[in-house]
Amino acid sequence: MSAPTVRRYELIAVTVIALLLIVVVPLLNANGVISHFDLSRYGKYLCYALLAISVDLLWGYTGLLSLGQALFFTLGGYMHGMYLMRMIGELGQYKKPIPDFLVFLGWERLPAFWEPFASFPFAMAMVILVPGLVAYVFGYLAFRSRIKGVYFSILTQALTYAASIMFFRNNLLLGGNNGFTDFKFILGHSLADPATSRWLYIATAVAVLLAFLFCRWLSKTKFGLVQQAIRDGENRVLFSGYATAHFKLFIFVVAALLAAIGGALYTPQVGIINPGEMQADKSLEAVVWVAVGGRGTLLGPIIGAFSINYLKSWATTAFPDLWLLILGGLFVLVVLFLPGGIVSLPARLKAAWQKLAARSARKDRDSPPAPDSASAKS
Amino acid sequence: MPHPLLSVEDVSKSYDGFKAITNLNFYLYEGELRTVIGPNGAGKSTFFDLITGRAKPDKGKLDFGTDPAASHDLTELNEYEINRLGIGRKFQTPSVYTEHTVWDNLVLSLKGPRGVFASLFHRLTSTDRDRLDDILKTVRLDAKRDWKAGLLAHGEKQWLEIGMLLAQDPKVLLVDEPAAGMSDDETDRTGDLLLSLAGKHSLIVIEHDMAFVKQIAANGVVTVLHQGTVLCEGKFDEVQSDEKVREVYLGRGKHGTR
Repeated sequence: MSAPTVRRYELIAVTVIALLLIVVVPLLNANGVISHFDLSRYGKYLCYALLAISVDLLWGYTGLLSLGQALFFTLGGYMHGMYLMRMIGELGQYKKPIPDFLVFLGWERLPAFWEPFASFPFAMAMVILVPGLVAYVFGYLAFRSRIKGVYFSILTQALTYAASIMFFRNNLLLGGNNGFTDFKFILGHSLADPATSRWLYIATAVAVLLAFLFCRWLSKTKFGLVQQAIRDGENRVLFSGYATAHFKLFIFVVAALLAAIGGALYTPQVGIINPGEMQADKSLEAVVWVAVGGRGTLLGPIIGAFSINYLKSWATTAFPDLWLLILGGLFVLVVLFLPGGIVSLPARLKAAWQKLAARSARKDRDSPPAPDSASAKS
Repeated sequence: MPHPLLSVEDVSKSYDGFKAITNLNFYLYEGELRTVIGPNGAGKSTFFDLITGRAKPDKGKLDFGTDPAASHDLTELNEYEINRLGIGRKFQTPSVYTEHTVWDNLVLSLKGPRGVFASLFHRLTSTDRDRLDDILKTVRLDAKRDWKAGLLAHGEKQWLEIGMLLAQDPKVLLVDEPAAGMSDDETDRTGDLLLSLAGKHSLIVIEHDMAFVKQIAANGVVTVLHQGTVLCEGKFDEVQSDEKVREVYLGRGKHGTR
């Protein structure tokens, strides 16, 4: 296929999927075809899609396998969660103006750092600033010290592990192992209202589309060329005058922000955020989504996040004990037999079909000539 | 005598006790094409590593610039800063971006701003395109501009990397074994290309192939490295007839003693 045809197919595919997710699904929900439970489930998958894009930007496009992206996702979720906790007001179990877990810990008044989170814009700014700053500081130190390959992966895993231990502690005053839950309102709208969850779902789908378009634009710029060149030959890039550490730091922060936005959309839709989300295995799971969907492509991580999580909610009810085995087996199968992931499937099938067609054509030619073909020859 | 463009004075470098470079003195003048030869392990690649900032010397001075008042101390700069001063390097094994097209390989190498934010909003001007077209013709990859670089033959990758070096338009080109893996005809053309660059650029070429050395060192100076230090320096014929050189390098095959 020539490049323009590929581009046209891509455009059609993206438009169809975007319309389906942003317009058709919410309409079907409004008409009762798709249940509210399913809609919020899809919303959750789309949040995970943002996390998957974040992993792929680093792993697929820059060759940096981060095993800690769930940390930024969860931090984004916590920052939004703090706003939602403030919005509970005095409707908690204890009927106090501060979150229940603080009452439980013996607090009479709100700790100072909780104060500004009553403001939605402030909380949204923190969704960007806190994970962005953590990514900047960590990335600055790691890339300046030229930490690469498996050492980088281990460090990112250690970072998210350390953070989860910190968040499990009650004296961090962020809810300990229960995290935040029992949310009531967002921007004055009740979270129990189906219309609110529908709008949250639409916001998530739009966020995924914007993230996709942004990454697509980025991959076509010279920055994208440098990024992929770092993946394929960092030395050559360094000896061509590029400060590769600056490029890696930039993309590491961008990836953290995408994950954080995913997390911020996750909290109100799922209704809970706790340190379990930043445990080591969550980041590993996101890597599997990307591998299964198709690493180094933009559609792959979205498809991977959606399909694996769909499979997960089915398998965890049908075979609750086998889910991790299924996930692991799927990962192994894809790595061995479909290294390009699900997105490479159409091209693989097409190639296989052509091979089959060519073989049967050859068989026809080699077999003894049928009477009519012999007469045609003479 | 003008001030040298690159001065390497009394430089030493050892790795875990192995002395790769010992008290090396080396001067490169503007517009010169210098050929460096020497047996395996003579320290040729380490020499390039020291100039390009990949390795730091244990002692000694590395200065770059013809104006002594404004020269740069290369030992204090890192790889990309040294490259930005105008020192480009071609590696021994061709290193091109295999997943990028030939054209994109050159775009990435083209002289220009190297910052993150500049790269986000970078556009090729028509002058840039013309220049890349010229380079493609020079390295004879015009017809394969849309090929993925990983699909090129070994010799073509060597040429592409030379093209990438040309696109950087450096003051000094450090070229490590450019003729490796090339046919006689390609080797010959590579030699002509390097000779045509001398004058406008300064070059240091590391090479093993003696026929090739003879071709490119016709008018220039040959430096023979041995055990990390300069064994002798001079015209190709002088070097070839030098007793010490014959002993350690050229004569080995003839006498079959080592």
